[in-house]
Amino acid sequence: MMRWFFTLIAALTLSGCGYNDFQRLDEQTESAWSEVLNQYQRRADLVPNIVATVKGEAAFEQETLTRVIEARAKATAIQVTPDTLSNPQSLQKFQAAQGELGSALSRLMVVSERYPTLQANQGFRDLRVQLEGTENRITIARNRYIQAVQDYNVLARSFPSNLTAMLFGYQTKPNFAPQNEAAISPPPAVDFGKK
Amino acid sequence: MLMLRWARRCGFTAWLLAVWASAALAQTVLPVPALTARAMDQTGTLNAAQLSALEDKLAGFEQTQGSQIVILLVPTTQPEDIAAYANRVFNTWKPGRAGLGDGLLLVVAKQDRKIRIEVARALEGAIPDLAAKQVIDNVLTPHFRQGDFAGGLDLALDQLMALIRGEGLPPPTPGSPHVANDGIDWMDLGVLLLIAVPVVGSLLRRILGHKLGTLVTGGAVAALTFVFTASLLMAGLAALLAVLLTFIAGTPLGSALLAASQQGQRHGGRWGGGDFGGGFGGGFGSGGGFSSGGGGDGAGGGASGDW
Repeated sequence: MMRWFFTLIAALTLSGCGYNDFQRLDEQTESAWSEVLNQYQRRADLVPNIVATVKGEAAFEQETLTRVIEARAKATAIQVTPDTLSNPQSLQKFQAAQGELGSALSRLMVVSERYPTLQANQGFRDLRVQLEGTENRITIARNRYIQAVQDYNVLARSFPSNLTAMLFGYQTKPNFAPQNEAAISPPPAVDFGKK
Repeated sequence: MLMLRWARRCGFTAWLLAVWASAALAQTVLPVPALTARAMDQTGTLNAAQLSALEDKLAGFEQTQGSQIVILLVPTTQPEDIAAYANRVFNTWKPGRAGLGDGLLLVVAKQDRKIRIEVARALEGAIPDLAAKQVIDNVLTPHFRQGDFAGGLDLALDQLMALIRGEGLPPPTPGSPHVANDGIDWMDLGVLLLIAVPVVGSLLRRILGHKLGTLVTGGAVAALTFVFTASLLMAGLAALLAVLLTFIAGTPLGSALLAASQQGQRHGGRWGGGDFGGGFGGGFGSGGGFSSGGGGDGAGGGASGDW
């Protein structure tokens, strides 16, 4: 009788101290992360089509094109394991590779403005719309992941659920930093002297 | 060592707070307007007749097809990009049926000269980004350039509705509650505790004896509450209450109370009945009041354009 009573009390305290919340939020961050990967994959899948279309343009800047191809190869070469999520270094590496692909692609789009025949190409315009939509989805998926991790970390740090976290060894998860931290940090240089 | 870790942690928390505060200061984005109608114009571009024509069209589509489309005209979305603004508005309003999430939002920022069609995840198959972009490029942009906002929106709606019709979504179910009731059913729980428990409890106590009957009642209530609320704590509390109630019901005072409550119940009629949902859902649409289905999830689908 007494033992049952204690089991009941233990069960009640566990759910009261957020054990179930940890499970729920952990699952939430994982599904948010899957969505992030999903959208990055979608972008990576678009790249070959974009490259093929741009290649058709005779005099297109080779350097820009190779940068995109290399960045894609680098980004898709990174193996994402469950460990990536809990390890700040590997998360940062993953982020850097994806960020590089993103900036290479946006550079490609800027350069493509100079080629009127490319701009008139319906296939290229469609790809452009798809890329834009994908970048948009990546932003939202990343935001949702950041939010999910924040919810989890707040639970892991705040009292009394931090005791549950300590008991079961739940660590706070590393979060995304702004994608182009280095690019944002220095103030923009404005120079009207040239040209 | 422990002190050091503690200090570092406090420092980190302070840093987090500072970052959060600065982000909050920097983030003076526009507030999301209240959702009052299917066609909303904050710029005064459309006259009353045009607005009500659009509204009727959208309401009719919602009644025949079920999907919710909302139009919003704002002066500007600055400092935010129109895609970010539209997504924020979309995920606040959540247009689209509760179980399906088939909603769509068309935002026009007049001073920015920007358009955004924000498509719920459930409609991304019916209206892929390219289709949305085509509606913008082929219909909205040319009409808006000529200053024909109402005509452009009307034609764009025709195309978007045709795309949604082609998807073969389930038809609307009349009379079903529009807002999903996925929370805890407190009403049922209260009825269960206050009426069923004393009655069933006294019955069980007569069959099984005083102690066992009370315990069985408590256990049953706990199990039921757990099913309802999925919370062990709630189940425990309910069980405790049930045991208490059953126990009191066994005493002479309790019997008198029970009799009184049953009398009251007979007089009061059914007050915990199942006719609740019909009243909510039935009046929708015909009454002119509008509320979002609450199901739409905007994951960034759709397209942006300008004119």
